[in-house]
Amino acid sequence: MIRVQREDFDVGAELERLVAGNPRIGGVASFIGLVRDMGGSDRVSALTLEHYPGMTERKLAEIEAEAHCRWPLDAVLVIHRYGRLKPGDRIVLVATASPHREAALAACHFLIDWLKTEAPFWKSEETPAGDRWVESRAEDDAARERWTPALEV
Amino acid sequence: MKLLYFAWLRGRVGCAEEEVALPPQVHDVAGLLDWLRGRSDRHAEALRNLGLVRVAINQDYVGLGHPVREGDEVAIFPPVTGG
Repeated sequence: MIRVQREDFDVGAELERLVAGNPRIGGVASFIGLVRDMGGSDRVSALTLEHYPGMTERKLAEIEAEAHCRWPLDAVLVIHRYGRLKPGDRIVLVATASPHREAALAACHFLIDWLKTEAPFWKSEETPAGDRWVESRAEDDAARERWTPALEV
Repeated sequence: MKLLYFAWLRGRVGCAEEEVALPPQVHDVAGLLDWLRGRSDRHAEALRNLGLVRVAINQDYVGLGHPVREGDEVAIFPPVTGG
């Protein structure tokens, strides 16, 4: 399931809902991305996330479908926030559930790596030197490449 | 054709969205970006470095050689930074 929303989310409640009623699930892996208070050497007082409504949901659904192709997953949840956030605020939750841990852990890692390079979100930081757009990082592209070509399920 | 701009590209071009009639000589993404650079100084500056520009047509990423057609939704934006 994919959700793109302004509001915060309750991690515990989301994970409970993900596994509710499915006793096949033996493991849940999750990643939670938070707003950092530093960007490079500058203090960040707030972060604004912009996105491309429509394409965002579409790309996230594609990434979710790809994860289902690659691993035996019983449930996938991606929640990504947009709008103005403060340091410590939650940005993203990726959670995967599977009968066994390997698939859940690998798929969760894959999803966050792919999401960072595919989903059309952009971050603007508020710093003492003014507002500035965050630049994409070569490390993120490299992290995504790790998952190409498709792994054998 | 509808053009959408995001993040710093929106700021540099000076608008989030514009409607343009596709010129007959423009057939692909590279041609469209080239034509857009001639629209104003702001467009020229925003689209100066194509290494920093990504394009999606009808909400799918495309390369410079991808065809463009009247009625397409073309989004132009910098590399994404979500997650």
